[in-house]
Amino acid sequence: MDKKRKLAGTSRERSEFLWGWLFILPTMAGLIILNLIPIFQTIYQSFFKTGDFGRGNIFVGLDNYVKVFGNKEVWQALINTLKYAIVEVPFSIAIALVLAVLLNRKMRGRSVYRTIIFLPMVAAPAAVAMVWRWLFNSDFGLINNLFHIHVKWISDPKIAVFSIAVIGVWSILGYNMVLFLSGLQEIPHDYYEAAEIDGATGVKSFFYITVPLLSPTIFFVLVTRVISSLQVFDLIYMVIDKTNPALEKTQSLVYLFYKYAFINKNMGYGATIVVLLLVLTMILTVFQMIGQKKWVFYN
Amino acid sequence: MASMETKRKISTIVIHIVLVLISITMMVPFLWMILTSFKSVTEATAINPFVIFPKVWRTEAFTAVLNNMNFLMLYKNTFLLIFFRVLCAVLTATMAGYAFGRLHFKGRDFCFALVLFQMMVPVQIFIIPQYLMISKMGMLNTIFALVFPGMVTAFGTFLLRQGYMGLPNDLEEAARLDGCNIGQTFLYIMAPLTRSSMVALGIFTAVFAFKDLMWPMIVNTDKDMLVLSSALAKMQGQYVAKFPELMAASLIACVPMIIIYVIFQKQFIEGIATSGGKL
Repeated sequence: MDKKRKLAGTSRERSEFLWGWLFILPTMAGLIILNLIPIFQTIYQSFFKTGDFGRGNIFVGLDNYVKVFGNKEVWQALINTLKYAIVEVPFSIAIALVLAVLLNRKMRGRSVYRTIIFLPMVAAPAAVAMVWRWLFNSDFGLINNLFHIHVKWISDPKIAVFSIAVIGVWSILGYNMVLFLSGLQEIPHDYYEAAEIDGATGVKSFFYITVPLLSPTIFFVLVTRVISSLQVFDLIYMVIDKTNPALEKTQSLVYLFYKYAFINKNMGYGATIVVLLLVLTMILTVFQMIGQKKWVFYN
Repeated sequence: MASMETKRKISTIVIHIVLVLISITMMVPFLWMILTSFKSVTEATAINPFVIFPKVWRTEAFTAVLNNMNFLMLYKNTFLLIFFRVLCAVLTATMAGYAFGRLHFKGRDFCFALVLFQMMVPVQIFIIPQYLMISKMGMLNTIFALVFPGMVTAFGTFLLRQGYMGLPNDLEEAARLDGCNIGQTFLYIMAPLTRSSMVALGIFTAVFAFKDLMWPMIVNTDKDMLVLSSALAKMQGQYVAKFPELMAASLIACVPMIIIYVIFQKQFIEGIATSGGKL
């Protein structure tokens, strides 16, 4: 009896092993070929220079890194990327959080509001960038003509990167809001009722109940928003022309990566920039992971 | 008690005012896109006085872009990109998610750690080698090239694994007692139960495939192999001050996805909420 059971156990184990590997095989093969090996190839590539006319790889050691760190353009792009993130991340999170709290109740028009606020998520960034560029147009744009001002929203090097961040906030607001809404639904209603009895309503209950109980969701949204805001490309590529005087003060790291790797065809230099982005992303993520212990509550 | 009631009413009105204002702000770019696309260039660039609504709703801008750009082909390429990415992602992630979520076997945890690791890396780091692979295969300017980086999905695998882990054990046990092998249990019992995760992954994949700009620009440069987003990027350089035409093309590019979204908005929002929230 015991022997039979053991035998059944091992045959079950064997079949789980076979089926398990069969099921993960396509995914693992794909991930290894498409993603895992390319990580190492990109790092490897960063030690090489593409020869003239895009031919051949010439080993240059740490030359690309020396050049990247000595390149003012790269430092400026790093600053631009951080400026974009510093505006996009907090504003898109704060506004989305307030909207989610306002919408997290039974009310007329709830799904209409939700549908409209989420709408930019399903529009192509290329189209979004084009219409915002038109809205921001300093001579004929809606914004300047409506408020009778003459701001060079996207060609003044001092403010262009912030104007692009505004587009970023507008585009991602609905996405963050939907994530917060689904997080809010997990907070039991009794908490608010208990707080109300204790005299905490509105703003107070927002800071003492909603924010702490939602903190895991807020943390998740924060981490993913930081990672993807560091990768900003579409909006800058579409809004800022190559002749725009603000180009130098708006181009992001990924924009430079695209420019060097695929326009100037210097894959090695492009690879170096993207390795820099990888390191930056990891550092910021680690900092957030450490920082979360201070303000994220898991129950 | 009456003051409480009025207080509540006032706060409801204030909330509605805030939400209406925000909703209008969200809609303005879309409305401006529509209004501009029906104007003439002179009307669109008139500032004294500034024109908000077109006097005559002209369709010249639409005829011009429809004549100059082959939107039928762009829709087709974009549809194929989305279709194959969704198909591949859902198929591979459903299988792998089941194995990672329900089966115990040697090497599982190590492989899953690799999946998680890839979710944290910026995607740009894959692009140069992926481009070189496509280029060496001689597959530039094909639908295959567009689909290529999305054939498997670390994120989707994770999402489906979470879906399977939430299912009760007894169904699987019952199927096993009835003599189903693991493959049959997966196909007939377990996979159908994760339909909502599959839909979530499908919508997530479709939206991001539609929005992808850099990869299509890199691999497909032939006029006939562009997708909507890369075609818009290309046209912007050619139609510098023709604002009505730029807006008409943007509108034509966005309308199908917006219509699908409005019809299936519940699935869209729930899909994004579950896929985003489970990470």
